[in-house]
Order: sequence, then C-alpha cells, then structure tokens
Amino acid sequence: MRIRTQLLVGSVAAALGALTWAAVEPLHSTSREHVFVIPKGTWARRMAGQKVEILPDHIHLTLGLHDVLVLKNHDDVPQIFGPTLMMPGQSFTLPFDRPAQYQFACTAHASGQMTIVVEPYPSTPVARIVWRARTLLRAL
Amino acid sequence: MTHKDLRKWLLALLLSVGVGAAMGAAPAFKAGVFDPPRPAPDFTLQGTSGRELKLSQYRGKVVLLAFGYSHCLSVCPITLHTFAQALRQLGAAAAGVQVLYVTVDAQRDTPEKLKIFVGGFDPRIIGGTGTESQLAQVRKDYGVTATRIPDGKSYMYDHSSSIYLIDRAGRIRALMPYGHPPEDFVNDVRILQGG
Repeated sequence: MRIRTQLLVGSVAAALGALTWAAVEPLHSTSREHVFVIPKGTWARRMAGQKVEILPDHIHLTLGLHDVLVLKNHDDVPQIFGPTLMMPGQSFTLPFDRPAQYQFACTAHASGQMTIVVEPYPSTPVARIVWRARTLLRAL
Repeated sequence: MTHKDLRKWLLALLLSVGVGAAMGAAPAFKAGVFDPPRPAPDFTLQGTSGRELKLSQYRGKVVLLAFGYSHCLSVCPITLHTFAQALRQLGAAAAGVQVLYVTVDAQRDTPEKLKIFVGGFDPRIIGGTGTESQLAQVRKDYGVTATRIPDGKSYMYDHSSSIYLIDRAGRIRALMPYGHPPEDFVNDVRILQGG
C-alpha cells in the first residue's frame, strides 16, 4: 500500500514537472524551414504506376518556429509541386508571417487542394503546452 | 599581439559585423522565391488594350501575372482590388510595373468584356484572352490549373489563385499566394525594381 502511494505521488510529481517544463521552457527550433523534396526518379516511378506521395494535403506551420515552406525538385523533369510548377534542380521558398489557412490548388491530391495551416507563435504557457502536445502527436 | 595589431583586429571585426548587419537588413520577399529563377514562358494573346498582348513586350518592367475569369465572384475581384491598391501605393514607381490578368474562360471572356471587368479596378491592368488551346498552353507553361465546374445552367472555374512576379529581365522570380495585402506586393515590387 505504501509503495503504491509512493508510486502515485511520484507519477503525479513527474507529470506536474513535465507540465511545468512544457509551460515554462521557451520553444526552440533549429531551423524555421519545413522542407519537402521530390527525389530523383519520382517521375519515372509515377510513370511505372507507383503511387508516390511527397506532400501531405495538410501542412502545419508555426510562426517564429517553423514558418518557411521549402519545396525542392531533385528530379530530372519539371513537376507540379504544391502550388507551383518547378523545374529540375529548382527550389521554392515560401515564408509566412500571418496566422491563417492558405488553400492551394494541387493536382497531386484527391481533393485537388493543399492546405497550409499557419498557427500563431505559442506565447503563453498554455499555448506552449498545447503546441508541444500537438507536435508530439503529429510526430507519432 | 601589439596595440596596433589589436586595433586592426578590432576594426576588422567591427567592419565585418557592420557588413553582416547591413546584409541582414536587406528587405525580404513576402512571396515565395524561386532559386534559380527561370525565364517566364512567352505568350501572345488578345489584349484588352486593343492590341496583341505579348509578355516579352514588357521586358524592363516588373510584371504581376494572375489567372482568373470575369465571372469569378470570390478570388478574382479581391486579387484585382489588391493590385489596384498596390499600384496606387507605388505612386510614380507604378510606371515600371505591368499587371496582366489572363483569363481561363475563353468562352465568355471576350476582350471587350474582360476590359470592362479589369478596367473597373484599375485602367492600367491589362487582360488577356484567346482560344481554348492558346489559354490551355499558357496555363500548362505556368503550371496553372483551371477546372470547369457546372453551376446550374452556367458554369464556374476552380482555378489557381497565386500570382507570378516576373522581374525586368523576364524571369519568374517569385509566386505570391492569394490573400496577401497590397503592402506585400509593394514590398516585393520594390525589391524587383531595385535588383
């Protein structure tokens, strides 16, 4: 009984500690770029009937942390990539500075659209907790 | 290290910091930027100016190139209104800018109808129209999509809404997504005019 109580107290303390850390610890990002690459040979794989998905139909960005979308075409042929036509070897760097949902026509998706959700910088403790939780869930 | 050496070293450090700060202060594009930029594919269409509309005739000017149609009720009026505001904000510098609006609706957008539509926002905006195949070729060259959707007895289009920014040398430098305010176009046009 005593061990169980100690375990419970320990778990609650650890959870509170983690929550406090998530609320207080400033958010960092090693790079503000969210990079997507069309690898060499993608067109040939598509022509061979393979399904190749590179861009998700929803991309989440956060101002001040990950707010620059970078698309790169490493294939040998021009490709429609997200909102634009890209030549071989070309990159497209799109910065965002306002929180909003941006819709782009994109033939690569069944819906015909790609949505980029730009969220505001999580400046409050609660927003930091929510941001960390969401980021963790998306990573899983 | 002597005092003289130390002074030289400090001066070099201050200079490098200064140059770095100046480089960092360079204005940034609000639009998405292509690297390397590619030549903007040329096209020849019927212009609302009453003359042939050829993209290459605007070399030396910054060109804002948009695609849409005059029956568009949502995206196009906002885009054209944004262009009109940006041109006003640019003042005299607007003389070095040409806004081109190419229709995706060959059937309904005659040069006359298109002129009334674009001219209603700003008479400096020039529209372009042509045959179905001419317009389809331009869309293909620029990676623009336009899907015709039945709407009762009529129809509408779901079309790309981003705007191409073409520099004075005729290269596609950037792509502005729909929804940016006129100030962002002014910012980017000024960068292109300065570069």
